[in-house]
Amino acid sequence: MSSRTTLIVGLVGLVAVIGLTFVLDPYRNYQLATIAAYLCVVAGLTMLTGVNGQLSLGHAALAACGAYCYAFTANGLAEQEVTGPVLLILPILAAVAGAAVLGLIVGLAAARLHGPYLAGVTLALVLALPAITSRFSDVFNGDQGLYISVERRPEFLAGRGGTEMFQAWVAIACAALVVILLRNLMKGNFGRQMRAVRDNEVAAAIAGVNVARTKVIAFTVSSAAAGAGGAVLAFMTQSASPGAFSLVFSLFLLMAAVIGGIGTLYGALWGSILLVVLPDAIGSLTKSLSLSPEVAQRLDGNLAVGLFGAIMVLVVIVAPLGIQGLLRKGRLKMQSRGTPQSVPVPK
Amino acid sequence: MSDLLTLNGVSAGYGPVSVLHGIELAVPERSITAVVGANGAGKTTLLRTIMGQIRPSAGSIRMGGTDLSKVKVEDMVRNGLALVPEGRGVITELTVDENLRLGGLWRGNSAESSRTLAEVYELFEPLQNRRKSAGHQLSGGERQMLAIGRALMAKPKLLLLDEPSLGLAPRITAQILQLLGRLRDETGLTVLLIEQNVRSALSVADHGVVLNLGRVVAARPAAELAADTDLRHTYLGF
Amino acid sequence: MELERFLFLTVDGLARGAVLAVFALSLVLIWRAARIINFSQGAIAMAATYLAFVVTSATGNYWLGLVAALLGGAAIGFVVERGVMRYVSSVNPLNSVIAALGVLLVIQAIIGMLFGNGYHPMQVPFSQSPLPWLAGLSISAYDLFVFACVGFVVIGLAVLFGKTNVGLRMRAAAFSPELARLLGVRSNRMITLGWMLASALSALAALLVVPTELGLNPHSTDAVFVYAFTIAVVGGLDSAPGAVVGGLVVGVLLSWVSGYLGATLSPVAVLVLLLAVLLIKPGGIFSVTKERTA
Repeated sequence: MSSRTTLIVGLVGLVAVIGLTFVLDPYRNYQLATIAAYLCVVAGLTMLTGVNGQLSLGHAALAACGAYCYAFTANGLAEQEVTGPVLLILPILAAVAGAAVLGLIVGLAAARLHGPYLAGVTLALVLALPAITSRFSDVFNGDQGLYISVERRPEFLAGRGGTEMFQAWVAIACAALVVILLRNLMKGNFGRQMRAVRDNEVAAAIAGVNVARTKVIAFTVSSAAAGAGGAVLAFMTQSASPGAFSLVFSLFLLMAAVIGGIGTLYGALWGSILLVVLPDAIGSLTKSLSLSPEVAQRLDGNLAVGLFGAIMVLVVIVAPLGIQGLLRKGRLKMQSRGTPQSVPVPK
Repeated sequence: MSDLLTLNGVSAGYGPVSVLHGIELAVPERSITAVVGANGAGKTTLLRTIMGQIRPSAGSIRMGGTDLSKVKVEDMVRNGLALVPEGRGVITELTVDENLRLGGLWRGNSAESSRTLAEVYELFEPLQNRRKSAGHQLSGGERQMLAIGRALMAKPKLLLLDEPSLGLAPRITAQILQLLGRLRDETGLTVLLIEQNVRSALSVADHGVVLNLGRVVAARPAAELAADTDLRHTYLGF
Repeated sequence: MELERFLFLTVDGLARGAVLAVFALSLVLIWRAARIINFSQGAIAMAATYLAFVVTSATGNYWLGLVAALLGGAAIGFVVERGVMRYVSSVNPLNSVIAALGVLLVIQAIIGMLFGNGYHPMQVPFSQSPLPWLAGLSISAYDLFVFACVGFVVIGLAVLFGKTNVGLRMRAAAFSPELARLLGVRSNRMITLGWMLASALSALAALLVVPTELGLNPHSTDAVFVYAFTIAVVGGLDSAPGAVVGGLVVGVLLSWVSGYLGATLSPVAVLVLLLAVLLIKPGGIFSVTKERTA
């Protein structure tokens, strides 16, 4: 797709989504905001894993880092009785910066690691998170987590829409920024360098790419995106707690990137939508079946987890390019009107 | 003398890329047959097709009464075929002893296997001192000996070798080719040899087959081929 | 008092480390057989432990449960390898990690649906109080049982891979599957066998460690997997002796950390150790020599 069409599609999409917030009920707006928050993290992850070939299972921890940074900054500002846009923007920036710093540290280690090793380290990172929050309970308030003072919806919105609408706006704005920045990064020279490193580190190095530097930058940027997502989640829930950023959440993020189509920002969007919509749909389905409360409780959550896992396995085996790959294949087929045409397959 | 292995109209390739076209080949019993040809003639593909690593798209491969094109790779050794792969294919993480044992493992009879093991060590004396060395510690020549020794452990009727001279000193190549001649004379082994080193290969072989762009262009007694300067100029470039 | 505590922590760490070593061995086995780090190993072991729980609860016999866990673990390993992992393209090594994570989610979800997400208490066959005739060492009968199991596994594996034909076939198939097939080894079968053996081992490890320390729930082996992964990396993923020594070392280290610095810090200590080893000696402390390339 050319740059101009992408721009038009993006702008139209953005306007449409913001328009959507006016018609949706508060619960749907909250879901929309959640999708946007996930999109921040998944977009960063899909760039890191799909474009640069670094598999991170630790993006939940990086998002958590963002959420806690948001919490500290927001609560600190609130104590100084700061209000207005500053109380919103400064904590988000702090979250992005904090996650980027943690990402830089992990990334420096990651630059020397390959595939499964990095996955193991980042997995350990996610499991270390609750240990840290409960060990330094006076700072992080343990498993309970922190309550956050957030910026309320602006006055001019009163009467027009609920808090959820404002949350959706903030989330959408963050997601749009993250996606635009990542897109430019992936399309440009740095994107080529990331792909070169992914495909063959030795060949990339011979071609003059600084492999370690590329990997570290990719990890740092990806972490910053995760931090933005964590900040939005913290803003929406008014809390930051380790339970919200568990291993399962990390796996869900990876799954969203994979099922959507790893390495593509559209794929990150489809994956994030699925992450919110599928559990919701399964929830309503089990409710409609009028099961006994005990059975319903067991199915709740578990069914979605199992389904996600099964889809992820299927996608890896049958359609490694995910939803976006299938869409593109379908579009190419329509364009070529039956004449056989090979699909450009990114590795 | 009857033919041990016969290929009739065999075509094969990699996916849509066809490499071999209607190959006719007969390997007589108790003889050495050398298949020669330039790079890209399809020599290695031919061996891979015989060993079942590539399935022919047409034609038949028969050995004795068996249709080899239906036999799985791992069952080839049970049908009397043993391959010495290209590039001295030994399992580098295993020791010399283990590599050799592995070669005879399919027969399962340990008394007979240890007898064969002793014979192989006798044949390749340098390996004896390195029994416990891992494959990656061997020199190129030792690796080639190990690969051949391991194939012999299987007590094959037909020994297939893929470019045994590749990367070896001429003296070692000569030794290995002489050994093949001895095995043919003493044990009645049948050998199918793929070589780029045409002169050496034809000097030891009984029959020569020239492969060019996936087709058999000549199949004659080796001495005759070696003497045919026209053919040499056209297909073998010297 | 100080010395007594130190001894207690050390022995406790050795016992825990021995179990983790068995789990790490299972990771090493699959790594060697298929060049895959099996991120679903913890879930497989957890499911097998549930099987032991069910059998032991029904029959009142611990040993039947143990056998069930071993057989069940092998069976799950078989299904995972033949049903999923075999079909994952190895072009990109991340694919197998992602597929294994998918398997992990599926297994955890199935167990959660069958048994709920709560904890189930499990019994052990021997007392956990220190034996009087080993005064001062604070070794319990259960510790001895654990050491015996681990010793049996280590010796069994050494014999299997060092002395038997099946072991030789498995190693050949692991190192060089195509070449092994040419030599008559049924490589696919050997790789499946490796998965079954590894899964049974991890089931044994989980069954030894879950009842006393973690309690049975669908996530009880998450941390065990990370510990075992760390051990396997510390020891070098290719090295079985490395996994055993690494297991004991990491077990003792963790025990000291949680004993002296606070129980919750173990996961952080593991993270630090893992990073340190990977950055200083990425091939593991016991990594073997590089292949001669000339």
